Amino acid sequence: MNLTDLTALQLRNGIKNGSVKSADATEAVFEQIEKHDAKIGAFLDTFKKDALVKAKEIDEKIGKGEPVGALAGVPMAVKDNMCTTFGTTTCASKMLKNFRSPYNATVIEKLLAADAIIIGKTNLDEFAMGSSTENSDLKKTVNPWDSSRVPGGSSGGSAAAVAAKMCFAAMGSDTGGSIRQPASFCGVVGLKPTYGRVSRYGLVAYGSSLDQIGPLTKNIEDCALMLNVIAGHDEKDSTSVDEKMAPLCDWLEKINRPVTGLKIAVVPQLFEGADGEVVNAIKSAVEVYKELGAEIVEIKMPHFEYAIAAYYLIATAEASSNLARYDGVHYGYRTARPADYIEVYTKSRNEALGAEVKRRIMLGTYALSSGYYDAYYLKALKVRNLIRGDFTAAFEKADCIIMPTSPTTAFKIGEKTADPLQMYLSDVYTIAVNLAGVPAISIPCGFDKNKLPIGLQIIASAFAEDKLLRIARMFEKAD
Amino acid sequence: MANVDYKIIVGLEIHVQLATRTKMFCGCELIFAAQPNSRVCPVCLGLPGALPVMNRQAVEFAILTAVAINCKIAEFTKWDRKSYYYPDLPKNYQISQYDLPIGSNGFIGIPLPDGKVKKVRIRRVHLEEDAGKNLHTAENCSQVDLNRAGTPLLEIVTEPDINSAEEVKLLAIELQRIVRFLGVSEADMQKGHMRFEPNVNLHIKKDDTEYKTPITEIKNLNSFKVLEKSAVFEVRRQLDEFLESGIVLQSGNKKTFGWDDVREVTVLQREKEEAHDYRYFPDPDLVPVVINEKWLAEIKAELCELPLTMQERFVSGYGLSDYDAGVLTADRTTAEYFDNAVKAGGDAKRVCNLITQTGLKIANEKGYKVSELGISPQRLAELAGMVETGQISATASVTIFEKMMESKNSPQQIAESLNLLQKNDEGELGKIVDKVIASNPQAARDVKSGDKKSKKAHGFLMGQVMQKTKGTANPQVVAKILNSKLNKGI
Amino acid sequence: MGPKKIDIEQVKQVAKLARLALSEAEIAQFAVQLSAILEYVEKLNQLDTANVEPLAHCLPVNNCFRDDVIKPSLGTEKTISNAPDKDEQFFIVPKILEDTGDF
Repeated sequence: MNLTDLTALQLRNGIKNGSVKSADATEAVFEQIEKHDAKIGAFLDTFKKDALVKAKEIDEKIGKGEPVGALAGVPMAVKDNMCTTFGTTTCASKMLKNFRSPYNATVIEKLLAADAIIIGKTNLDEFAMGSSTENSDLKKTVNPWDSSRVPGGSSGGSAAAVAAKMCFAAMGSDTGGSIRQPASFCGVVGLKPTYGRVSRYGLVAYGSSLDQIGPLTKNIEDCALMLNVIAGHDEKDSTSVDEKMAPLCDWLEKINRPVTGLKIAVVPQLFEGADGEVVNAIKSAVEVYKELGAEIVEIKMPHFEYAIAAYYLIATAEASSNLARYDGVHYGYRTARPADYIEVYTKSRNEALGAEVKRRIMLGTYALSSGYYDAYYLKALKVRNLIRGDFTAAFEKADCIIMPTSPTTAFKIGEKTADPLQMYLSDVYTIAVNLAGVPAISIPCGFDKNKLPIGLQIIASAFAEDKLLRIARMFEKAD
Repeated sequence: MANVDYKIIVGLEIHVQLATRTKMFCGCELIFAAQPNSRVCPVCLGLPGALPVMNRQAVEFAILTAVAINCKIAEFTKWDRKSYYYPDLPKNYQISQYDLPIGSNGFIGIPLPDGKVKKVRIRRVHLEEDAGKNLHTAENCSQVDLNRAGTPLLEIVTEPDINSAEEVKLLAIELQRIVRFLGVSEADMQKGHMRFEPNVNLHIKKDDTEYKTPITEIKNLNSFKVLEKSAVFEVRRQLDEFLESGIVLQSGNKKTFGWDDVREVTVLQREKEEAHDYRYFPDPDLVPVVINEKWLAEIKAELCELPLTMQERFVSGYGLSDYDAGVLTADRTTAEYFDNAVKAGGDAKRVCNLITQTGLKIANEKGYKVSELGISPQRLAELAGMVETGQISATASVTIFEKMMESKNSPQQIAESLNLLQKNDEGELGKIVDKVIASNPQAARDVKSGDKKSKKAHGFLMGQVMQKTKGTANPQVVAKILNSKLNKGI
Repeated sequence: MGPKKIDIEQVKQVAKLARLALSEAEIAQFAVQLSAILEYVEKLNQLDTANVEPLAHCLPVNNCFRDDVIKPSLGTEKTISNAPDKDEQFFIVPKILEDTGDF
């Protein structure tokens, strides 16, 4: 068995008890990268030399019996929209191609403090805007299961890297499904924690009231391990909740404890939009839970179908404001010969931002502009309240909701790029979750006839990651 | 010739830089004249991924100020993003407050020269962050310094209740006094801690019809003097413009003028059409502020006696003149110093004189406050008492004051050591007067005669007595004795 | 097909607000694409939200403050390190002719 077949937890335990060397594991992932990444294109940048130095350090520390962190020596990847003082932080955009951050994102600091080895930054849709990673301005990433297909997005690079064993775990970000959907397309586990559970400081903002950082991993235990490290209040992020509201716990410790008296809600109306094989896989998963003793409850979520419309007004409004800072003045790309300072703005932004990013900026600017604010942005915020209401009602009846992560398996490269709206509509199952701020996970639950992975999405109430992970683990163990 | 009369209407928008140690949303130090771009961090630089966190002190200063100017305090308030593009605004939006300001519907009383107090209503008070600075001194580029970006600013907007250029200046001065008293701002005009933008127009009555001129907003005013001057100029300009063109106020024809300090005129600035669409929306990175009764009560407990109240109390309670009370209450430490000295038993007028005529002069020269000169209110009260009872002359009190700055001794001890105690004993002085009169019979006769020579002779005799007492005789007592003896006749 | 939700002129206006020097082709394309998206989001009007509060913040959190304590700044060099144009101490932009932004 290759070292890269180990899970992050197995590797960590092995490194800690000295039976495995971090240096060897690091060499192993770089071997995978050298073998496969030319074709897959998951990484925008890698740090082989520094990674090996750090790995050797960890091995030495362990040899001396010194204490090491929870992720000791585990090679992992980070989506390139999280600021790091090492390498560049490009957000897959020409605008930030050469940007070197003078500070680390809080999550990065936590990973480093846990002695993780960050081996590289992964590809994404530019500024996290997209559902296929095709909007990256710097590189193309393909699905490791089928190179003619997309890995999903926007955390496509991270999902592909984990799936292709080019790292043991990866960090992604999720605003409308950007962790869960690529996890589903690449056959890995992807968790979007409750909004406020993980610090956003250092995550390049897209939709501030929707963004969350989360892990993409090989299995549920690894997910819990990662959550243990990254969760927690950050005084630098006003929207991160403190322990009074969201108590921390050791999610790994309880992971194998099934949820007794489990009630699972399903939303029959939602199955209509999904491919037949996806529907079957989800229904089979429901059967598995039934056999484990769960009670299945059918519910309605009457405002679910409005989520995409609300999202594409709220997220784009926030994005239009968050991306205003990319203006060629203080950092980032500047156009070659601006006639005046106004052209520094207009030309730099037009030349360095991709079409999808510009489209969303335009949409968001319009939604906030004078005369349209009430009809669009404000209206969307009200609908958001109704959508959250649907979830609150659902969680009064059940411990979690189950549905597909995506209506399809990985689609072909170029299949949805002609019509932006078509791409947006494919986010139908993931987007409502971000509007409500609740946690959700995508776990592999089978393959279609093309041997493409299918993802099962489980959604729980705010700050119920404990239950969520245990419910997911129940399925993983049974499957 | 048309019958033209007009009323001046001015509303004032004021930005006050708060005296916190750090910026509004990050921990960068607030410090004047630091090396360019040396007090900048990812947050105020607007780097990707950076997030703002509210400075509690700034919010409390804002609430305190709003309370001091009689505003209703919002129970729930939030932050909004105000979008516009400018190189000194790194995020290309300013974090401000739009529809739910911290304070609203208040008022300030401004003391007028005639002793009356004019009430000016306050429309709103809100917090926001300042932008950096663009410098245009280089020949072919502009330079951007972000040290100031993120500084907490309090924006105060009045209703258009002001009716003269002088009132504009007086309001500005009173507001400066208030924020300094509260300790929420240094309000140093030289350092740009307070910025004023008057909105001016006229209500003109011409041949029994009323017309309103378009409103002008005047920017770039950096002193009280210029504030008043620009208002005077603008009133004249608007009157002339109306008489010439007849243009009246319409929705959307508000103009922005800048003050040209060299030519001393207001100059029309280019219209900023896009600037009107600020696209305000609630900032998703910041959570709202809830001001409950308990917190508000804690902040209200911090409220000091306000300057105008103190000034009025000094007049009505201590019998000071309006002018003197104004001088004392220009600064809180001075006012409290005075108040404490009077409470320690000093005569109000004497203490006032000691401060206004001696103490303030010395303090200004040294760059201190009067209260920092080393003389406690108690000792000051004692000194005042000695002048009141004639133990020392007013001139002597100056000398003793200066000595008291370096010495811990009581004014009594210092007066004795410097031989400045006046002789007041009428018996003793009477004997000396007798001697002097006896030695100078001609002068005595001249005084009694009451003619041209009388005054000079009187002065001569006084001088003789003072000489004999080595200057320590109380001149008032000597004069009294001399007069009574000469009038009675020998 | 009914009238476009957003026409060329409006796209130009929005592009100005967003400081994007879109080409003529981009403007035309955006007019079509944005119209389609705005057409789609019309469905929100199927919902009666007259008595619904807008939900801007998911979290029931208020009063998140920091103390007025000085923290280290980046320092001039690091602050301007990523600037496309700079001198020893400042960010540099083409000369701004009318200073309309400052107070």
